[in-house]
Amino acid sequence: MGRIRFGRASVLLIAGLYFVTPLLSTLWFTVDNSPSGFSLDAYRQIFTVPGLWPALQLSLLLALGTIALVFLLLIPTVVAVRLGSPRLRTVVELTCTLPLVVPSIALTAGISTVLRWCNDNLAPTPFYRTFLLTQNGTFPVVLLLAYVVMALPLAFRTLDAGMRALDVRTLLEAAQNNGASRGRAIVTVILPNMRTALLNTAFLTLALVLGEFTVASILGYVPFAVWIVNGNSAGQGPVTVAVSIVSLLLTWLLLLVLSAGGQRRGGGAPAGS
Amino acid sequence: MSTAPLSATPARRRLRKAAAGRLAVAPLLVFVALAFGVPAVAMAFGAFTTYNPGQPSQYTMGNITASLHGGYLDSLLGSVKLSALSALIGVVAGLLLAQAVVTSRFKMLRTAVLSASGVLANFGGVPLAFAFITTLGNAGMLTTRLHLDQHGWSLYSFDGLTLVYLYFLIPLMVLSVIPSLDGLRRQWREAAQNNGATTWQYWRHVALPVLTPSLLGGFVLLFGTAFAAYATAAAMVGASVPLITLQIATALSGNVSADATNVALAMSLDMVVIATLVMVVYLPLQRRSARWLV
Repeated sequence: MGRIRFGRASVLLIAGLYFVTPLLSTLWFTVDNSPSGFSLDAYRQIFTVPGLWPALQLSLLLALGTIALVFLLLIPTVVAVRLGSPRLRTVVELTCTLPLVVPSIALTAGISTVLRWCNDNLAPTPFYRTFLLTQNGTFPVVLLLAYVVMALPLAFRTLDAGMRALDVRTLLEAAQNNGASRGRAIVTVILPNMRTALLNTAFLTLALVLGEFTVASILGYVPFAVWIVNGNSAGQGPVTVAVSIVSLLLTWLLLLVLSAGGQRRGGGAPAGS
Repeated sequence: MSTAPLSATPARRRLRKAAAGRLAVAPLLVFVALAFGVPAVAMAFGAFTTYNPGQPSQYTMGNITASLHGGYLDSLLGSVKLSALSALIGVVAGLLLAQAVVTSRFKMLRTAVLSASGVLANFGGVPLAFAFITTLGNAGMLTTRLHLDQHGWSLYSFDGLTLVYLYFLIPLMVLSVIPSLDGLRRQWREAAQNNGATTWQYWRHVALPVLTPSLLGGFVLLFGTAFAAYATAAAMVGASVPLITLQIATALSGNVSADATNVALAMSLDMVVIATLVMVVYLPLQRRSARWLV
């Protein structure tokens, strides 16, 4: 027994070193102002550095849109799958797993091909304005669509696992026997019962959109993650590193609070798959 | 829809339910067909055609052939090699860490590790690249303090990238293997011990065989993630290591030539083929491990 505990301690120690060292040395990098010593300038500049707020705003807007669309598409689906036939489940599961097979860079390649085709062929038609509108820099619908596609696999699994923990059929029938319509029963009875799974889904989607770099950078938009990289190569070194560290720690803290709150109910699925 | 379900005959009820189910699922299917299907088909079509502005496109195998030769092939193989190696290390390290966390008495440790894993596995990308550049990059904290560069260390190499990738692969493995470790019954271990088995024998003959499907599934998941990773490498400007995602991005950005765009589509198709193979292995494994560990 003593040997096992020793092994566990050393595994935890090595893992701790590996995972904490880069974070600590990055923190050090942001507060160490070589000739003059310790300084919090990098963190003070977070509030004034140009471009950060628009980029963050774009990311948050996109995240909100993505979460809303994911819920709108998936909640009826998950209910239907739970009540419906096994064949329906297979179809939906397959549909939601498909995006995993196409890496985001390949999806981006496909999207840019479609955009190129539209650009070449739609110019003389009245659709051209709609087409340009979907690529509007303040709210690029193209990115929104891509993010929903990318969020589908994880979101479906999380919501489905949350739904499985409920006896949906009985809840629905009870509500309907009391005179509620089906839609009303879903909104007022089913959804509140799976708030952990909903919260988890929303949060994982938020993390995905905030951290997404591939699609946005190749299609030429500047949300949060792209701004950080651009800013760093434009010589704003310590500030952008400080921003990225703060965002990482904030995200972690949020998830910590979330999982502590959700621990009492077994409804939520673990992150990952 | 709001009629009392009890009044209908069972057969009609079932029919109506099936119709309602299809109706509820329809928006999702339409959305995926548009937002995912259209780009995917465009990519596949572009991989087999030429592109000249103003001229009709022609069918060709040239893009695919080009994507499987020379520098492009090197980057495809480089990606496969990097993903396989880092996934292998990630599986072993992730299993050890997950086991240490699961058997620990501290509940807080489990919560902290799980939530940190969620962040690192999903949000790693760019911040991760910076963390490693400031730690182990050319002028990094550890590089200069420990004079690692004199020992031939470079972050922008195959080994360096492997070390960085493990930073999000290990958390991913921890997340995907913890449910299976939780499923290992205490009684199995006790039964083995009562029969005189050592810890090693218990792992060799009981735990590992039960865990095998989820370990293989974890490997495949890690491989796929590492294979598709782009942000970290791009932010590290690791152009010294040939990776297929970096190649595709360069070709798409249009700095090379118009032809290169369609070769990028062909490379994307190569990636999809490999990722599909990976998923074909992964899904049945996941189902099998689910059967064992209810």
